[in-house]
Amino acid sequence: MVSGIPPFERFYECHRGEVLAFLQRRAGRDRADDLFQETFLRALRAYGRLEHGEHLRAWVLTIAANTVVDAARRERPAAELAFEPAREDERPAVEELAPLTDDLPPKERAAVVLRYGYDLDYDTIAAALGSNEQAARQAASAGVRRLRKEKEQQ
Amino acid sequence: MNAVPNVLDERFRAAAAASGELDVAFDVVDDTPVGRLLVGVSDRGLCRVGFDPEPEAELERLARLFGPRVLRSPQALDRVRNELDQYFEGRRHAFDLELDLRATPEFHRRVLVELSRVEYGRTTTYGALAAQVGAPRAARAVGTVMNRNPLPIVLPCHRVVGANGSLTGYGGGLDRKEWLLRLEGALL
Repeated sequence: MVSGIPPFERFYECHRGEVLAFLQRRAGRDRADDLFQETFLRALRAYGRLEHGEHLRAWVLTIAANTVVDAARRERPAAELAFEPAREDERPAVEELAPLTDDLPPKERAAVVLRYGYDLDYDTIAAALGSNEQAARQAASAGVRRLRKEKEQQ
Repeated sequence: MNAVPNVLDERFRAAAAASGELDVAFDVVDDTPVGRLLVGVSDRGLCRVGFDPEPEAELERLARLFGPRVLRSPQALDRVRNELDQYFEGRRHAFDLELDLRATPEFHRRVLVELSRVEYGRTTTYGALAAQVGAPRAARAVGTVMNRNPLPIVLPCHRVVGANGSLTGYGGGLDRKEWLLRLEGALL
């Protein structure tokens, strides 16, 4: 075992069920099958570069979330999407949110998409980003502020 | 938690092997004449044949030696499985497989390369093998190399016997050694 990183087989067995369930909820049963394979192929590609084996669940769910976002973007050009800045009680659907966050700094983009697109709690997001809850919260709200500003300038 | 359908699971395992991103693809072959075998291939070739595998320990070991991207992927082992089947049926006398011995220490590798020249149906002795690698007094060390052979059957450590012709020992148990030598007609 390399610095606490389990063999990929163990990682895959441990998380495949939850990843599939997540993808089915977010992308529908039909598309979930393709996205399942894409998620774990992406994870496999990055797995050799992991430096520790912590937060692997949050890590793979983040990858799954990103494959959904990327698939939605492939299917629907950004120009067709309208975006009303989110009020606290109104979360834009992830398909609409994702393309609009393209220009955000990576950490803010990830925090915004995971929070408002996928409804993940800040603990999970923090784990995925390799930071703490406070920082995740700040990244998400900074991202939203930046989006509002961009919207106003248009 | 929903289960992942077999079709989906198998498709991913095949795609993972085809992607070239695995450090080791392995499979467990259940019903060979010498029992269950775990076989593993890296991008360089066959890197593991294990008797009576305890998956947990084997996976940890493969990950430590070759990298953490270790996944069961039966398709990647098709060729190895075929050659082993043919061997067990007596139809194959030599394996035509690339071997990955990078995790094997230098002296072990020298001995194993020498061992690979011992032909089907023949036997040699620990002492003779030691002499061939230029260490005539290292018969005991050669015994250790045989015992730790990462690729038994394919690298035929079962063909190495004591100076008096006794079977002496085998990493997979003497019964298997005897079975393999009988298969090859080296024991009557």
